[in-house]
Amino acid sequence: MKPSTLKQILLITDGCSNRGEDPAAVAALANAQHITVNVIGILEEGHTEHSLSLEEVENIAKAGGGVSQLIYKQALTETVQMVTKQAMTQTIEGVVNRELKQILGPGNTLDDLPPKKRGDVLEVVEEISETANLEVLILVDTSASMHHKLPVVKEALIDLSISMNARLGNNKFSILGFPGKRDPAVKVMEWTERLENVSSVFPKLATGGVTPTGPALREAIHEFSRQSLPKRTDGITEYEEFGS
Amino acid sequence: MKNSAADIHPGIRLTGKWHNGNYPLIRKLGSGAIGTVYLTKRNGVDAALKISDKRTSMTMEMNVLQSLKKVQGHFLGPCLFDTDDYVSPSGQLYTFYVMEYIQGSRLDTYIKAKGVEWLPVLLLSLLEDLDYLHQAGWVFGDLKLDNLVVSENPVRLRWVDVGGTTQLGRAIKEYTEFYDRGHWGMGSRKAEPTYDLFALAMTALEILNGGRFLKGDTPKSTIRKALSRAEKLRPILEKALLGKYSTGAAMKQDLVKHLMRNKTPASAATPSRVAKSNRRKAGLGECVLLSFYGIACYVLYLLQ
Repeated sequence: MKPSTLKQILLITDGCSNRGEDPAAVAALANAQHITVNVIGILEEGHTEHSLSLEEVENIAKAGGGVSQLIYKQALTETVQMVTKQAMTQTIEGVVNRELKQILGPGNTLDDLPPKKRGDVLEVVEEISETANLEVLILVDTSASMHHKLPVVKEALIDLSISMNARLGNNKFSILGFPGKRDPAVKVMEWTERLENVSSVFPKLATGGVTPTGPALREAIHEFSRQSLPKRTDGITEYEEFGS
Repeated sequence: MKNSAADIHPGIRLTGKWHNGNYPLIRKLGSGAIGTVYLTKRNGVDAALKISDKRTSMTMEMNVLQSLKKVQGHFLGPCLFDTDDYVSPSGQLYTFYVMEYIQGSRLDTYIKAKGVEWLPVLLLSLLEDLDYLHQAGWVFGDLKLDNLVVSENPVRLRWVDVGGTTQLGRAIKEYTEFYDRGHWGMGSRKAEPTYDLFALAMTALEILNGGRFLKGDTPKSTIRKALSRAEKLRPILEKALLGKYSTGAAMKQDLVKHLMRNKTPASAATPSRVAKSNRRKAGLGECVLLSFYGIACYVLYLLQ
């Protein structure tokens, strides 16, 4: 089976967008191009879900076909890897459900199968999410209020790298920060297999400015088409070494 | 799980959508991230029923239990009896499975009551099971205090929740930070036997340190400090944490060697605390007696 590539944008933010187009509309645009948009909203200590617009976070993820989660910063590490994995399974399950409907007719989703058969199908879903290649573009809000949360974001991204690199499939990560000085978003880290280098780039992140979530998301979509098209070969050699 | 509190509670009876099994929910045994476990009866015998509306995760768990069934003959996880769906009166769809009810006490409670010398003995039985599991191509993954039960007759340490069980070589499905070597910067999250042995060593450290401890800024020195409380078990736990045992059998062998080297074998030490404190009292008596004897001799010497 040809390994498929799952594309995700992971938006980490702590505020509402206040500049530019509606981020949910851009997320829908991403989803239409088979890019899933996940959103993690970080709550301020002592605040409840209402301080950050729960609605906006949910709407962006819903439009982007992804997963959303509102959390306090202590829970960021486990949430980042959980959201990423959950979105992968969700995407694959969505594809499987569409296929089932096509083969067996409408009204035949996973839930309509008896437990044993459902188990067989989910085993395949699991297999695909283990072996699929994954590309995650991390879009980090660097507005002033995020300043003291960035060390936790860094920790969480290193942890995400540990989790994803334990899979059989290949991974690629890239980081954009927003807002940039002139542009809505600025590239913080090029596409790479390892996120460990994140420690060296994070101190360079300047914080401050407005929150142009919509335009930044648009930049993120562009990053997927902009990345160098020829596939890296070192990943494939690694496969051969382990395969023999 | 918002509706489950109202829909699912002790006192109701469930009828499966596919297999028509009928199960009473007698009382709640516990609940976790994925679902809630209730005590039930199956053919008049106690059984455990896990139910949740998270169908994907539940189905994956059932897959694992199903696969473990094929390599049983050994205690590889609870026996699976039935898997089914349940539609509640309010129309909500749930998935449940019925499995063997493993009765027992928590490991930390057991050790507190019986004495710390029971820890290595109980680890032996678990290491044997882990070795079988690994040989069958699986890694337990989410090995932790909460997932272990000491069952009686025979006394044995068993695992109860297979939610994290992962095929060898894949990415660990579910883990808990404290027991995860990736969290401590001491290895990957690939499903390997060494992953389980790390988690097992952390479980032992948790018991020996009287609870979990935070990673801190220097995780390795935090672990070193925790190891210093492990006394005689220290070299074995240290090797497990460093991934130096490639199999559960190798760690078990070292542990057996350690137990046999002890002057007081585990069986002699079992009368535990009561006997020990008696011994201490006897020692005190002897001491007093000896000093009296000494004084008497001295007095006799002076009188001469």
